[in-house]
Amino acid sequence: MSFLEYAPAPESRAILSLRDRYGLFIDGEFVDGRGTPFQTISPANEERIAEIASANAEDVADAVAAARRAYERVWSKMSGRDRGKYLFRIARLVQERARELAVAESLDNGKPIKESRDVDVPLVAAWFFYYAGWADKLDHAGLGADPRALGVAGQVIPWNFPLLMLAWKIAPALAAGNTVVLKPAETTPLTALLFAEILQQAELPAGVVNIVTGAGETGAALVAADVDKVAFTGSTGVGRAIAKQVAGTQKKVTLELGGKAANIVFDDAPIDQAIEGIVNGIFFNQGHVCCAGSRLLVQESIHDEVVDRLKQRLSTLRLGDPLDKNTDIGAINSAAQLARIRELSDVGVAEGAERWSAPCELPAEGFWFAPTIFTGVETSHRIAREEVFGPVLSVLSFRTPQEAIAKANNTPYGLSAGIWSDKGSRILAVADQLRAGVIWANTFNRFDPASPFGGYKESGYGREGGRHGLGAYLAPAASRSARAARAVEASAAPAAKTRPAAKADAEAKPAPAKRSRRTSKSAEKGAAK
Amino acid sequence: MSRLTVPKTYKLFIGGAFPRSESGRTYEVTSASGGFLANAAKASRKDARDAVVAARGAVAGWAGATAYNRGQVLYRIAELLEGRRAQFVAEIEEAEGVSRAAAGAQVDEAIDRWVWYAGWADKFAQVAGNANPVAGPYFNLSVPEPTGVVAIVAPQDSALLGLVSAVAPALVAGNAVVVVASERFPLSAISLAEVLATSDVPKGVVNVLTGSPAEIAPWLASHADVNALDLVGAGALDWIDLEIAAADTLKRVHRPEQGADAAAPSLERIVGFTETKTVWHTKSLR
Amino acid sequence: MTGTTLVTARERALAVLGGDPDDATLRRYLHGIPGVDAVGLEQRAAALGTRSVKTSSKAWALDRIISLIDLTTLEGADTPGKVRSLVAKAQNPDPADPATPRVAAVCVYGDMVPYAVEALGAAHGDPDDGGISVAAVATAFPSGRSSLDIKLADTAEAVAAGADEIDMVIDRGAFLAGRYGLVFDQIAAVKDACRRPDGTSASLKVILETGELVTYDNVRRASWLSILAGGDFIKTSTGKVQPAATLPVTLLMLEVVRDWHRLTGHKVGVKPAGGIRTSKDAIKYLVTVAETVGEEWLVPHLFRFGASSLLNDVLLQRQKLASGHYSGADYVTID
Repeated sequence: MSFLEYAPAPESRAILSLRDRYGLFIDGEFVDGRGTPFQTISPANEERIAEIASANAEDVADAVAAARRAYERVWSKMSGRDRGKYLFRIARLVQERARELAVAESLDNGKPIKESRDVDVPLVAAWFFYYAGWADKLDHAGLGADPRALGVAGQVIPWNFPLLMLAWKIAPALAAGNTVVLKPAETTPLTALLFAEILQQAELPAGVVNIVTGAGETGAALVAADVDKVAFTGSTGVGRAIAKQVAGTQKKVTLELGGKAANIVFDDAPIDQAIEGIVNGIFFNQGHVCCAGSRLLVQESIHDEVVDRLKQRLSTLRLGDPLDKNTDIGAINSAAQLARIRELSDVGVAEGAERWSAPCELPAEGFWFAPTIFTGVETSHRIAREEVFGPVLSVLSFRTPQEAIAKANNTPYGLSAGIWSDKGSRILAVADQLRAGVIWANTFNRFDPASPFGGYKESGYGREGGRHGLGAYLAPAASRSARAARAVEASAAPAAKTRPAAKADAEAKPAPAKRSRRTSKSAEKGAAK
Repeated sequence: MSRLTVPKTYKLFIGGAFPRSESGRTYEVTSASGGFLANAAKASRKDARDAVVAARGAVAGWAGATAYNRGQVLYRIAELLEGRRAQFVAEIEEAEGVSRAAAGAQVDEAIDRWVWYAGWADKFAQVAGNANPVAGPYFNLSVPEPTGVVAIVAPQDSALLGLVSAVAPALVAGNAVVVVASERFPLSAISLAEVLATSDVPKGVVNVLTGSPAEIAPWLASHADVNALDLVGAGALDWIDLEIAAADTLKRVHRPEQGADAAAPSLERIVGFTETKTVWHTKSLR
Repeated sequence: MTGTTLVTARERALAVLGGDPDDATLRRYLHGIPGVDAVGLEQRAAALGTRSVKTSSKAWALDRIISLIDLTTLEGADTPGKVRSLVAKAQNPDPADPATPRVAAVCVYGDMVPYAVEALGAAHGDPDDGGISVAAVATAFPSGRSSLDIKLADTAEAVAAGADEIDMVIDRGAFLAGRYGLVFDQIAAVKDACRRPDGTSASLKVILETGELVTYDNVRRASWLSILAGGDFIKTSTGKVQPAATLPVTLLMLEVVRDWHRLTGHKVGVKPAGGIRTSKDAIKYLVTVAETVGEEWLVPHLFRFGASSLLNDVLLQRQKLASGHYSGADYVTID
């Protein structure tokens, strides 16, 4: 036997006690949905995990109404200190149930257990812990004294980091004093529902967080509902539709959308770490990462060496059972996503790029795609421009720092980028000129609740994480924009309706000016970021 | 014997030059009492396109200038405006039909606003940025950077102050601007452009279009090379359509404001057209 | 086991360096190699450390660890009796289980070599052929602070007494002062001193003492330097300086060995020494070797553990695996 094959080391599923059916989590209780229930499956073997309720527009309205009640009667009246304590409780409960959450996440999403165990779930706890401390310090959030919550936040999250994206959304929203209706992705609802159980254990007041499961229509209904804030993470296509849908309203929006990040490797890079960074950049979470380093820009003088080393390294990656502790590459999340990855890979071949896939055996059941590199990719190729959202790396070359910057910025996206070099002055200058919201120098795919994350250009707007992420759920007390909004409402909005804010300065609350018409059906697809 | 005056031809301001509208169109600008003041250029979609090209070309240099330098350049505008105070007061008095004192107050406020924003240039990043204490061996810093090309529909009820209030904050961070001036009061906007042209503001950093916002704004809202859209003065337009058009390329959009508070000076107006960039770098003694 | 001959090593170095191994040429070469990002290196090592090695893989790993151990005693208080006891343990690590593999070598001070050789008797031989080698630390171990003549005499004496392997220390002072040529020449000279009259040569392990080199860039350069100068093994530490072997340092040295192999086709061994006390830790090293240079490196002439207390922990684990019950300290021998 080869030592390197390692014996199977599956994480036990015994820690999970799943229900056979899950309802919607509204007003602190699990209730039936009025839509047609659906099955959530494990993408690793297509086996059914549980039946999940589907929320229709009425269910969504119920959830929003519950959130509104909770906001007005409980959450907005609660001291920041006590809100913070609830968040601390949640953080601790997540830590206590970390293993269970990690197993559920890998089961439902297909990601390797070592990632859900070592990255996703610890970050979830960290996110709640970080924002818990903010709840009674909002005066220091950068919006002046006594900033106010926005009200009810409608949040739609993707399937690539189901529980982590939930944390990114819920933690700052609650810390800032908002209540929440959250819709998890259709293919990965499981951990959000386990999280609902955690909220029950934490005795979070009913209605402060509501979770409505369903497909794209459920998300669209939530965006259209009577919410004050829309936060979405997912594809640029859906983000665009949401931006259109909320146009003309007073809904505040943050969008965290797609990317096509350049990972720039200079000839003086710390080469072994750069190789690891490239691998982590694109093959972490099967490449289902909005900020994935999907475009490798290598200085021409070391191109062949880097590609050679990369292939060697990829040959040691272990693809297979997501619950095996030694698995590096798990399953593709869904049949639809697998089809998309295959299609774009075929396009890459047709465009003349050279395809290389790591030699690994793909399981017969489930959705799988071997780590793949395209060399000879040109900036005009679709695989150099479109987000594949899978374990597919496009390799391009450059000659000078200026050319690297130009190629890196030559995309409508602008979420992230990587720089690998031993030369500090060059790193900082290149970082200055890259049009991307997160730049990793001599590292990649690092996340921290204290660190703002979000994009330039079509990668969306608003930031999540850090003080900036808190600001996305707050407005200044009696803000200038609120006064101006009132003026607009008085003069322009045909049918404005007002809702008294529960906070002291009710008058300062911008009333939602109703859109005159609706041109888009947004969020029709639950595509991921 | 009275001297025959030499009236000014008001043109557009694009890329540091003063072209007529490529369409050849003008429209009549009248005083508050209805008298003829001048023919202003009526910008077309192609003028808007040219202005965006000029603005895009100016972004790198302006954003790349030191914050100290941008602050000095903006302060220089105030100096020059002060020197031409009388001209602006007369223009506003005539155009808006307000008292000399009111016109003077508007000009003073506009000058002071340049000074206020000039002072922010090398400070706002310190207020809006962060050193982030991440749980790992990383240097991690968040800094605001300019969004890029900002298209502005200037407040329509003010000849000078509204325009300055919308343009100045966008410039602070290093954005380049295409601004559609007040349709009724376009002349001060072009006079301001003359000030900008003789100041140290690089060509293309500010581009001023006069004409019909209703006609021009949709082209700017839908232009893929515009990064942000300030609809502060678009309240009377069908601005929801503009916001929808802007969504096609996920532009950052400021919704309309009206009344005395519109475009009031604030740090938010500066930060609103910036992008927070977070840079991580490993750190180790080993 | 036989080391490469000096002539080949020197020729190879000249070819790689493109000039004589003087300070300037070596500096140009060593400083031209890509840098190491410490954070990334440590993260990679930590990630390798999360591999879960269970059941059949674990059984294989435990046996392999034993067969890669240089069972070591390097104390001022060492006596012939202590060395005989060590040798007995090396030959028969677990009296209760004769199927337990032997360790690769015993590692002692030079003056203890005759006792080790005598105690081993017929078991003395190449570990790749099932024998047990005698390794001797030399060159004014552990500090290396003496004249070259003494270092060479130290080496020659140990080889003459029957040492199969010489664990030399580099002159860290010279290295840190940038006198790469001097370090090169000393290694080359010690290598020369490893030759026996019959033309064969003791294998040379070059101890970098990474705890004194401190930075990863230094470790990487010292690794290249030692290999260029003819070292058959590069070894992390004397065990007398903290930190001794760490997983990141060993990973880095393995990366150098891998790159050297790619460049020249020549395989060099790696020996982490000091501080590896548990099976769990040792398995992480096996994983790191297998995933960096490949499984073919997990043989006694390419990988060793320099350790004293590791062996007993492995034996406890081995007993647990065989019996299904946890074992205790009284069920393994102290030496």
